[in-house]
Amino acid sequence: MQNVVILQARKWFSRSLSSFSSNPLKVCVVGSGPAGFYTAEKMLKAHQQAQVDIIDRLPTPFGLVRSGVAPDHPETKIVINQFSRVAQHEQCSFLGNVTLGSSISLSELRKLYHVVVLAYGAESDRSLGIPGESLKGIHSAREFVWWYNGHPDGRNLDPDLKNTDAAVILGQGNVALDVARILLRPTAELATTDIANYALAALEESSIRKVYLVGRRGPAQAACTAKELREILGIRNVDISIQEVDLRLTPADEEELKSNRIKRRVHELLSKAAAKPRTAGLNQRELHFVFFRKPDSFQESEDRTGHVSGVHFEKTVLKGDGPGKQIAIGTGEFEDIKCGLVLKSIGYKSVPVDGLPFDYKKGIVPNFRGRVLSDTSGDPTLLEEGLYVCGWLKRGPTGIVATNLHCAEETVLSISEDIEKGMLISSAALPKPGREGLLQLLQDRDVRIVSFSDWEKIDSEEKRLGSSRNKPREKLSTWDELHKAALE
Amino acid sequence: MLSSRLPRLGPWIAKRLFTRNYASIYRGRYNQSTRNSFLQPPAFQQLSLNKLYNGAMIGKHNFLSTTSNEGNEQKETISVTFVDKDGEEQHIRVPVGMSMLEAAHENDIELEGACEGSLACSTCHVIVMDVEYYNKLEDPTDEENDMLDLAFGLSETSRLGCQVIAKPELDGIRLAIPAATRNFAVDGYVPKPH
Repeated sequence: MQNVVILQARKWFSRSLSSFSSNPLKVCVVGSGPAGFYTAEKMLKAHQQAQVDIIDRLPTPFGLVRSGVAPDHPETKIVINQFSRVAQHEQCSFLGNVTLGSSISLSELRKLYHVVVLAYGAESDRSLGIPGESLKGIHSAREFVWWYNGHPDGRNLDPDLKNTDAAVILGQGNVALDVARILLRPTAELATTDIANYALAALEESSIRKVYLVGRRGPAQAACTAKELREILGIRNVDISIQEVDLRLTPADEEELKSNRIKRRVHELLSKAAAKPRTAGLNQRELHFVFFRKPDSFQESEDRTGHVSGVHFEKTVLKGDGPGKQIAIGTGEFEDIKCGLVLKSIGYKSVPVDGLPFDYKKGIVPNFRGRVLSDTSGDPTLLEEGLYVCGWLKRGPTGIVATNLHCAEETVLSISEDIEKGMLISSAALPKPGREGLLQLLQDRDVRIVSFSDWEKIDSEEKRLGSSRNKPREKLSTWDELHKAALE
Repeated sequence: MLSSRLPRLGPWIAKRLFTRNYASIYRGRYNQSTRNSFLQPPAFQQLSLNKLYNGAMIGKHNFLSTTSNEGNEQKETISVTFVDKDGEEQHIRVPVGMSMLEAAHENDIELEGACEGSLACSTCHVIVMDVEYYNKLEDPTDEENDMLDLAFGLSETSRLGCQVIAKPELDGIRLAIPAATRNFAVDGYVPKPH
């Protein structure tokens, strides 16, 4: 009987969260990319009285939509309109320039809000762990993308595009195709995009004429998708080189293609391109698709110490009979590709923060449908109360913008279920300081918050600068410039 | 003097009507169909007209039917039923020439449209519930197929809502909005490319 009373009391308290305006649900979303914004949008829809604050360490919102999507893909950025409407919602606030871990700790946030959703993505890289990886001229694709997209942390990358005529890209996913395309596209076409001006200048002086997209396995395992592949195969003045022998399919490959529409179409596109006669010499630039090559080590230049001069590859074959389970095994035969620039596009990796359980093997926060688990044992009953994840931090660094839509729906559903079941009781019974508490704490620490209307000042300034150069915007890419435009 | 100007005037007028009609209809439609919109979509103002042709919310068909219906006040409408993830039905009337995405937004039906009809996403994915109606649609272009590749809950009769344009033969069409969470199993989850 006592249990029933307690259960009823819990349910009443928790329902009081949403239905009484004296104790509105206070939610903090960490990260303002697609995962963060879709979460905020779905929370506001599911809980009409909730107050949602979105914090981001940058003064600019939108995460990878702003700093990841390539400059020549403006349509993919249109979703920013939808996210802006969310930020402008009466009960939502964007708070830029607030860094989890330095401006405020995770435990402090959890005291201020009933619900904290971590959606800060993956700002680090997987590494190969092979000799020579720290030579100059080797960068992660993530850094290179940040560089040409004007991210303030990527601005000083200063990749050397003038010392060589060849670049090797490790990986064959859409990010790899993006960086290849930016290196190969005629710069006149890039000049009217929102590419960072210093990157455009560097590309205009680039001596790179050959780009190699190298994968450990075969075309049936390439992670890119049809649209991006079709696009890069059609770039003006670029010769495509694909070995027809590489396109032969194993029985397991056939199985993989049979059940996967994307891979089928990718293979078709590659086959068509391989069959086309090469117009060698007429085109200025070359794109080579190289398969079945695993990087073994990076070679150091004899003329320029400390600088990469090539990649030493081991040829591979596929082993394993299950479709989707074929792995690349080294054959003991080796081959070199000479180059002065290497871009590793082998996957992003999330970064843990203090007080956050982390699965280092998978590079994600252990969770069950978005509910953060206390450890990596997988026991779904060991929950961190009031703490949730969404996006790459939850699923790993895969998927497109829209993948986060569904990811957010799942996380928000988990939150709603937990509120309904009275599981947020110990933190939820009392009203929480929420935004007022956060603003006070940040003020005490002299953190200058960038609000959404401050971001709109940056936005207008970028558009104004862009309009005189026939660009949609000219990105402000240093911390100083951004702060100046936002806060003065 | 007038007579020498007239021959040039005709094409000049047609051209202005052509481009301004297109652009103003485009913007007008957008404003109508977006709930809670605060601003005009800035991205569109930068997109060249060519890009608009390729992926516009209105689409090639609508453009043609718009100019041919120029001057008609009363647009012919067809009956469309949307079935949401919970099986709830919503019956609406859609003017000929309007895309299903626009129609959904104008009627507060929950169909996402992240790229606002520019063939750069798959969030307006709908399933045509009756194969006879599916067959009445023109084949998807390569661009639409590229986006359908990435759609959640893809079926044999899936299309992008922004590319299905109302025409008289589609009267009575039923469109299901796919249940997203079906593909979101924790176990056996296949990572999607990006």
